[in-house]
Amino acid sequence: MSDHSSSYVPSNGFTRWLDERLPIIRLMYDSFIVFPTPRNLNYLWTFGGILTFCLVAQIITGIVIAMHFVPHGDHAFASVEHLMRDVNWGDLIRYTHAVGASMFFAAAYIHLFRGLYYGSYKSPREIIWIFGVVILLLMIITAFMGYSLVWGQMSFWAVTVITNLFTAIPIVGEGITQWIWGGYSVGDPTLNRLFSLHYLFPFIIAALVGLHIWALHVVGSNNPTGVEVKSKTDTIPFFPFYVIKDGFMVVVFMLLFSWFVFYAPNYLGHSDNFIEANPLQTPPHIVPEWYFLPFYAILRAIPDKLFGVIAMVAAIVVLFVIPWLDTSKIKSVSKRPLFMPFFWLFVITCFALGYLGAKAPEGYFLIASQLFTAYYFIFFIIIMPVIGLIETPKELPDSITEAVEGQSGKEGASS
Amino acid sequence: MNSILKTITKLTALFSAAVVSGIIFTSSALAAGGTGPEIKRQEWSFGGFNGQYDKAQLQRGFGVYKEVCASCHGMKLLSYRNLIQKGGPEFSKEQALAIAKEATVIDGVDADGEPKERPGKLSDRFQGPFKNENEARSANNGAYPPDFSVLAKARTIHRHVPWYTEPYYWGYDMVTAYEEKGSDYIYALLTGYGTAPKGVVMGDGMNYNKYFPGHQIAMAAPLSEDAVEYADGTPTTMEQHAKDVTAFMAWASEPHLNARKNLGKRVQIYLLIFAFLLFLAKKSVWARLKH
Repeated sequence: MSDHSSSYVPSNGFTRWLDERLPIIRLMYDSFIVFPTPRNLNYLWTFGGILTFCLVAQIITGIVIAMHFVPHGDHAFASVEHLMRDVNWGDLIRYTHAVGASMFFAAAYIHLFRGLYYGSYKSPREIIWIFGVVILLLMIITAFMGYSLVWGQMSFWAVTVITNLFTAIPIVGEGITQWIWGGYSVGDPTLNRLFSLHYLFPFIIAALVGLHIWALHVVGSNNPTGVEVKSKTDTIPFFPFYVIKDGFMVVVFMLLFSWFVFYAPNYLGHSDNFIEANPLQTPPHIVPEWYFLPFYAILRAIPDKLFGVIAMVAAIVVLFVIPWLDTSKIKSVSKRPLFMPFFWLFVITCFALGYLGAKAPEGYFLIASQLFTAYYFIFFIIIMPVIGLIETPKELPDSITEAVEGQSGKEGASS
Repeated sequence: MNSILKTITKLTALFSAAVVSGIIFTSSALAAGGTGPEIKRQEWSFGGFNGQYDKAQLQRGFGVYKEVCASCHGMKLLSYRNLIQKGGPEFSKEQALAIAKEATVIDGVDADGEPKERPGKLSDRFQGPFKNENEARSANNGAYPPDFSVLAKARTIHRHVPWYTEPYYWGYDMVTAYEEKGSDYIYALLTGYGTAPKGVVMGDGMNYNKYFPGHQIAMAAPLSEDAVEYADGTPTTMEQHAKDVTAFMAWASEPHLNARKNLGKRVQIYLLIFAFLLFLAKKSVWARLKH
């Protein structure tokens, strides 16, 4: 991993010639063929590959949709329907893109919780983690903008609600909001810029994914034991072992993906978004897509608009600093018995906030969302630093090899 | 795999613990308040994993739409040619052309600059009953009859279940691919007219409907027994009319459903075999490591 010597040997005249000028095959060979990877990665580590698949699928379907989409308030909704009705397999392209956004977030959240559970954000992987959070942030913005383009009722009012949050900024808020709108309310100019940026951001995400993987390939993958690679016997080459494992899981993921696309394409969406945008009529309940619900719950848990916005943004920004908030040197939560219940309570908190984000913020639901919001931040700001200092972690295996050989002995006995 | 299973077990245990404690400290005071009786899930030929439209039903449904609904409700996203398309009502070209010709279409201007009218063609969109929203409202006591093109997807139902059982129904709806909530709502609405219970003060020109939010709907009960003649001998009950026209609206909002579900099966069988082969390949590749 950290040894940068390459074992690539060009096999013919052309590749030798190319290698002296642009060693791109060498780069690919070193990164995706012989790349030494811990031998004990479990299936949760396949989500990086799954996410790459998601990004590529979104970009390809998105480019085709853009060929048919008309970013104009009078035509956007009808142009989406035109794609669904009059373009060959257009309904599948559009549903793949719409369901794809949900699948992308599902995979991203699993990837993120995997990183949290196994301490993948800790030294020396802080940069990988930070790029990951930036990617998440851009994904959120991109998905939000993409949802707005449908120009249904929920699209329009989601844009109205979210852009109005900027008015919470003292003094300049009003000006910033009008600058974002390109007018005095959400309208055509807004739709046009959302479309332009929605097309741009995925390519920025792709570039950041490149940096994310680059940083990963400098320090190497984390693994379930949290013990760093120590010798050659701890690793196996990426190809064929992880290529085949990732490939298998990508296809399993596609099975779930296709279930939604073919049989329940609108299950994850909101029926109000099949009503064309109407600036004069507010829907009774404005709710975002499921993947934003936890953040929406945090926004509404706080009675003050400005502090609600700050809390919602902080819910993501706090992730940037957790490599330094977590004082424990032990990476995997499985080796930290005192920390573990707090971790799972945090997972429950995220699910609960997701549930509460879909409910009207009143009565018990409001109180519950305030409690869970409080725990969301307490977990990062108090529990993470404190537990690391006072806990007694379990004993770690000496090496990955030792951990695996113990495990494979057990597996052999059970099968 | 083991560790994932353990993780899942743990998660489930904790989640159920949370749910159970939730049940204990929330009393029935929180029982979901509804705006009417629960809307039942209907049997639709196009529902579920194997669902396909029933051509005869769509033809009957179009008849109901044309005879009853079309005087107030447009379907601007549909073209007359769609009526011929595979997976739809599949009228013959002659039948669809005859339907199109009944409509008058404004197409460009004549030599004097006046709008030129001609009979409809297959490529024309459905011509709506009103020129614009204002005309529609003025003809309908101020109410605006919604366009039918995607209405079956633009409506939904809300279950009246305790909040802690909602995740169960989300899972249930996902696994059973419950995509016909809008159709169920429309069917319920069409069959949900009645006289207002005592004490309910109705607005001027409003009608009581137990499934409509707020129960006061501007549209009078549109369907009745024998409202439309059926050529195929299907009984012309009010419920049958409602069912057929709802199926037609479902098709209008999702015209490629037949092809989509058919392809889906093939894609999933392909992926299943592919996944199985990759699983075997993975096993055999990883077996190299143990020795």
